[in-house]
Amino acid sequence: MISRWIDRHEKHIFPLPAVIFIILMMVFPLGYTVWNSLTNWTLTSKAPTEFIGMTNYIELFTKDERFIQSVWRTFYFTGGSLIIQVTLGVASGILIDAKKYPGKRIVNSILLLPMMATPVAIAMVWLLILEPTTGVMNYLLKQVGLPISKWLSSTSTVIPSLILIDSWEWTPLITLITLAGLATLPTDPYESAIVDGANTFQTIWHITLPMLRPTIAIGALLRFIDCFKTFDIIYSTTGGGPGYSSETLNIYTYQNSFYYFKFGYASSMLVIFFAIVLGTVLFVTYTRKRLEV
Amino acid sequence: MKRLNLLLVLILILSSVLSVSAQDKPFDGQTIRVVLANHAWTDAVAPKIPEFEALTGIKVEWESYGEEQLNQKLTTEFIAGNAGVDVFMTRPLQEGANMEMNGWYYDLAEKTAADVEYDFEDFTESSRSATTFNGTITAIPLVTEQEILYYRKDILEENGIEVPTTLDELYAAAEKLNDPANEFYGFVARGQRSPLVTQLSSFIYSYGGDWFDRDTYTATLNTPETLAGIEMYSNLLKNFGPPGVLNMHWAQCIGIFNEKKVAFYTDASSLYPNLLDPTKSDVAEVTGCAVFPAGPAGAVMYDITAWGLSIYAESQNKDAAWEFIRWATGKENSLFIQGEKAQQLARTSVWNDPEGIKSFPADWAAAVAGSIGAKSYDRPLITAVTEARDLIGGIVVTAIEGGDYLKAADEANVKFQEMLNNEKP
Repeated sequence: MISRWIDRHEKHIFPLPAVIFIILMMVFPLGYTVWNSLTNWTLTSKAPTEFIGMTNYIELFTKDERFIQSVWRTFYFTGGSLIIQVTLGVASGILIDAKKYPGKRIVNSILLLPMMATPVAIAMVWLLILEPTTGVMNYLLKQVGLPISKWLSSTSTVIPSLILIDSWEWTPLITLITLAGLATLPTDPYESAIVDGANTFQTIWHITLPMLRPTIAIGALLRFIDCFKTFDIIYSTTGGGPGYSSETLNIYTYQNSFYYFKFGYASSMLVIFFAIVLGTVLFVTYTRKRLEV
Repeated sequence: MKRLNLLLVLILILSSVLSVSAQDKPFDGQTIRVVLANHAWTDAVAPKIPEFEALTGIKVEWESYGEEQLNQKLTTEFIAGNAGVDVFMTRPLQEGANMEMNGWYYDLAEKTAADVEYDFEDFTESSRSATTFNGTITAIPLVTEQEILYYRKDILEENGIEVPTTLDELYAAAEKLNDPANEFYGFVARGQRSPLVTQLSSFIYSYGGDWFDRDTYTATLNTPETLAGIEMYSNLLKNFGPPGVLNMHWAQCIGIFNEKKVAFYTDASSLYPNLLDPTKSDVAEVTGCAVFPAGPAGAVMYDITAWGLSIYAESQNKDAAWEFIRWATGKENSLFIQGEKAQQLARTSVWNDPEGIKSFPADWAAAVAGSIGAKSYDRPLITAVTEARDLIGGIVVTAIEGGDYLKAADEANVKFQEMLNNEKP
């Protein structure tokens, strides 16, 4: 009896474990966050938690300067990181792949090491390197006669410094993706190019890069999502400082959740965060489809 | 018959021996979970825990975390409701009000009143009142600290400068000694947004300012007195501080002081082992300690109870937990921790005992003695302390960077007043 019932409802039962997992791990937390964002749940308040509708969202956009600034900073950090990482990553991918040379495998492995290291360890070491008075970076710059900088200790240079650290850590990912993409490229266009007398630069610019475009787009999209969410290196180096100058949306949300204990308010920020990331992914996917066709 | 008698006698002896030892160790076999902070106090007590376990038969599972992470971890566990926590370290000034409001502390009034040998009255009046909220004794006071001035004895001697006794003298001395071209800076103190607030407090108090009026709950962040304190602190750091100061917590300040690059440093007295202990510091021989310099309103520095030891209200092992606390903070252990490990504890009898003060350097002990009883708080005494500290610290950071701090102070005052309105009793 039971086995017949299972046979009849196969198409519902087999995906069941995956569906349950998604509901528990994704749908429920998301739903709970949206529910919390409509309340004023604050741990440090004596008043009981009340349902307040969209008040949190209205307050975020009209009264919270710090929120608006954190959104801009997140875009600034993400944009700067993406430009550097995609350019350097693709360039190094093409360079590494160019010819066979002795030690190519070793070079590959070394170039990929930054990605393997733990983010907090990376943050600690860079904090020491970039310390304005006692750090190695300023010392080396002075030796060569270049101007020194306050790096992570000044409100104007902290985000470029963080972009530097993030690029050091994650450019190898783009390199990896580029290498994978290059491996799948057909060789015919290259042969015709040689026959037509194209030089290396023209080959790269007119053949390699256009063919790599979908791969680069995927890499950039992945990095965009990760960069936007970056928490580990920012929290471990400056914690959002000096002042608020490196406080991105994720850090500000963390402050509100675990330092100020304003769970309702933080939930509304997270919903907006999610909406931004989801919106960008949908937008990119949609335009890619249109470009390809 | 004889054999039976012998057996009976043996059984009687055995059971009486067993029951006697069960009476000695009433909690034998119980396990308690103790959550502590990364602090020199923990470093002093942890190696002795096996002694406690042997003495009482209680198994102690202990863990320790950095102070911010400790608060976040405990809060998360307490909210979830099924925390298996029995004993935990807490900061009365930072999270005391919030935790008491949420009912997470077990009131120690009964335990301390019933335990004559423990002598709760031995703890100083100010430390006991620091851990009492709304009549509930939330914690046993662990360590105390005051803000003092650390300085380079050798540099001052070389340049013929007297140890400053007023803030204006400090400013002048720092100006004279400041030599950035040779990487020597006149003054260092915390520049990180939230951590700096507690060290800023003594500056504000010494000009006659405060965070807010405790009677009317009116914010006073932009009164002339408070602003004068903020200006002195920020100008010292802006003009004579090292370039990386905005990212400095005490660990970085001590680092740069240890590198012999700074003349003056104001911070908590409890940090002195990092500067005066020859095994930890390169400048142990040449570091002096002085009472915090006076402002127009006198030398009004903070004298606070920084940490306390509490029992979780929902603990399943409250009696065993109290056994741990009464051992860890009893007279014998306190004498050891203060006398041998040089921690500033809160028991009067230990301070009066020569064994209890033998490890303290002479001028440090004098600086501390001169700082007792000034102000019992180094941060606003409200529930939403963390948010308030960020607000206040933001003003100082703006000032250090040369921005419009008067405007920042006005804006912060408005926001702070909103927070106070939410908390008015």
